[in-house]
Amino acid sequence: MMQAPVLSIKNLSVALPAGGDRRHAVQGVSLDIYPGQTLCVVGESGSGKSVMATTVMGLLASELKPDHGQILLQGESLLEASASRLRDLRGRVMGMVFQEPMTALNPVMSCGDQVDELLATHTDWSKDKRRAEVLRVFEGVRLPEPERILRSFPHQLSGGQRQRIVIAMAVILKPVLLICDEPTTALDVTTQKEILKLIDQLQAEQGVAVLFITHDMGVVAEIADDVLVMNQGLAVESGTCEQVLKRPQADYTRQLLAAVPGMIPPPARPEPQGPALLRGAGVAKTYISRDWMGRARETQALQDAHVAIRAGETVGIVGESGSGKSTFARCLIRLIDPTQGHIQWGEHEIADLPEGKLRPLRSLVQVVFQDPNRSLNPRRTVGDSIIEGAMNFGMPKSQALELAQTLMHKVRLPPEALTRYPSQFSGGQRQRLAIARALACQPQVLVADEAVSALDVSVQAQILSLLREIQTEFGLGMLFITHDLRVAAQLCDRVIVMHQGRMVEEGRTVDLYAHPQHAYTQKLFDAAPAAF
Amino acid sequence: MNALQRLMANGSVRFGGTVLGLMLLVAALAPFLGTVDPATMDSSFINKAVGASGLFALLDGTTVQHTFLLGTDSFGRDLYSRVIYGTRVSLLVGSCTAVLSLVLGGSLGMLAGYFRGLDAVLMRVMDGLMAIPAILLAIALVAALGATISTVVVAIAIPEVPRVTRLVRALVLSLREEPFVEAARALATPTPVILFRHILPNAMAPLIVQGTFVAASAVLTEAILSFLGLGLPPDIPTWGNIMAEGRVQFSQYPGNVLYPALFLVPTVLAVNLLGDGLRDVLDPKFARRGA
Repeated sequence: MMQAPVLSIKNLSVALPAGGDRRHAVQGVSLDIYPGQTLCVVGESGSGKSVMATTVMGLLASELKPDHGQILLQGESLLEASASRLRDLRGRVMGMVFQEPMTALNPVMSCGDQVDELLATHTDWSKDKRRAEVLRVFEGVRLPEPERILRSFPHQLSGGQRQRIVIAMAVILKPVLLICDEPTTALDVTTQKEILKLIDQLQAEQGVAVLFITHDMGVVAEIADDVLVMNQGLAVESGTCEQVLKRPQADYTRQLLAAVPGMIPPPARPEPQGPALLRGAGVAKTYISRDWMGRARETQALQDAHVAIRAGETVGIVGESGSGKSTFARCLIRLIDPTQGHIQWGEHEIADLPEGKLRPLRSLVQVVFQDPNRSLNPRRTVGDSIIEGAMNFGMPKSQALELAQTLMHKVRLPPEALTRYPSQFSGGQRQRLAIARALACQPQVLVADEAVSALDVSVQAQILSLLREIQTEFGLGMLFITHDLRVAAQLCDRVIVMHQGRMVEEGRTVDLYAHPQHAYTQKLFDAAPAAF
Repeated sequence: MNALQRLMANGSVRFGGTVLGLMLLVAALAPFLGTVDPATMDSSFINKAVGASGLFALLDGTTVQHTFLLGTDSFGRDLYSRVIYGTRVSLLVGSCTAVLSLVLGGSLGMLAGYFRGLDAVLMRVMDGLMAIPAILLAIALVAALGATISTVVVAIAIPEVPRVTRLVRALVLSLREEPFVEAARALATPTPVILFRHILPNAMAPLIVQGTFVAASAVLTEAILSFLGLGLPPDIPTWGNIMAEGRVQFSQYPGNVLYPALFLVPTVLAVNLLGDGLRDVLDPKFARRGA
């Protein structure tokens, strides 16, 4: 039996303001979602997938105008609906879940009140009935102790619990359509697993149709019935999950799938010999905060961590947010001072060295950060940024500029670009520039703190191969911090797993991925999105 | 779109900039706008009406034929000349105060924001300063230092310093955690260079905006000080002291108070609008989400 689609988008185009790099954010996209089905719209940043979702919700920024096609929600045209009609439909007929639960919730209102407000607006139920309904839906989204959560404020809950509240708000009025815009992107993998499971369960219980926007092929494999692949505003390919992931037709889909790193590590490289270039032992960091009475409260961000990196070797530190992996890395490069422990750069013991004595040694260890938008000074040309380090270590300007040009070739950017400002580059290009800046100091060890996490998969693949190439060429030791098990599998020779400020397991990547020993490591592997 | 085009697209910036530009022109061209020496008094022209004219006796003994466009005051001085020359003092005091308080507050704010050890001490001093009403502090400073243009500037600037310090400190506190500042530390960049090359340029936009608000309030404070008789001596005409002198016979000759006010109000409004517009364009926190 063929049911009527819940949501039907026909040949939709959304125009961008004049003067942009393309005319349409979304161009001629069509899709249908049937009750109880999940349609995943997958694409990289700038593909128009989020613009399409916001168009359906009627929350499009005023600069963007849908100029063609139609959107039918249960046969009703949304593009022609009035603002008040759309407001009535949102929440009642279509529920929405956004990426960042902290910003989707009102921080000064208790969670119970926020959900209750929704019921009060859309129903004429009594206070008691609304309260009972809120408790019922809190149980439905598997929140522990619904009575307590009812009175809690968003900041008192974990990220996963907050997202459950947002989902509770989205489904409480039993909508026929649930729109999820990257709902698990800001969450850890173990939490992501639970939230995906929850959406799946709710769908089975309520028979709701789900429009799921994501950039993550792993999530697609986990949850989708149908898939629509978007690129540059165009629908590149659509079909069932099975078809698109296993037998992709379009070149772009194939590239996208090929760029996703696999979970199985490549064969181990021979273990490097020689002395450690960077070594940490017994490293600990304790933060002490005082309340207004002057009572000290200690937070142990990192306890008893150790690592040794040799030339030509990549060591990965894997963990979820709050695991202490970044704290460890920042102690090792002395951006923060460790409370305890020994850190050696080459033969220099640097854990307690004052900044003045440390500065001449800083060329040994360099760092690349996560966020390419913020890791370069927006007010300086990239050339100035790149030669800064080399000149700090006494290289004359002309020589530093020559070095910068060679490095630009290495990171595959035109040398003329040295006179431009960071805002004129894309995220991936900026990450290349950050790598060039680190290399300009001629370091022995490169620390990459989530260096590819903010990038699209295709760009991520390019940066990873660039890092691999540079390591081989310069014989660098590399410390690679990531939350992504797949990336670590492809790049690292050895992996350290961290949890709640402690190292729980370490070993050669091949062995650790084949036989994870610690219970937490096993949980982490279990939560990683399915293979396809 | 470059910065200048974005600025010109903003209505407040256009209006504020135009009015302020006109005022600057008036100040610069004061001697050529049909004025006489604003300090010259001629006892035969006391409290003349608008448009009166006659032979005006100058200090060197010569006389000129002069039309008093805005009449004269109770000492027989040309009100038009005094108001026009007053523009110079007001704009000078406004801009000098803004620069001085930005330099002082900026330096202190950078120190407090970057060197955490200094922070508690410096900010408690600033809190103390802020507890004293600005106008009271300025009056005390003028009384202690004597009234010249430079002391008036200092007296108006010092109460503004804590506000600027707080702003800059807050900016530095967030900027020092930016990855590009951490990267500079990892590149062994010396601390003063980090402060001036990496942090200051990124704090400039909100600082300029704050500067315009300081300038606007300085023009007002100068007028208030003069009005209270604590500002510049009467031989230097300012909008404030012209109004102060006119206050006594306001009911018979309201022009002495009104004409300077007709210059003061648009100037302060223009500077404030310029600041608002600059903030909308330059400050990322207030910038509209770009498409």
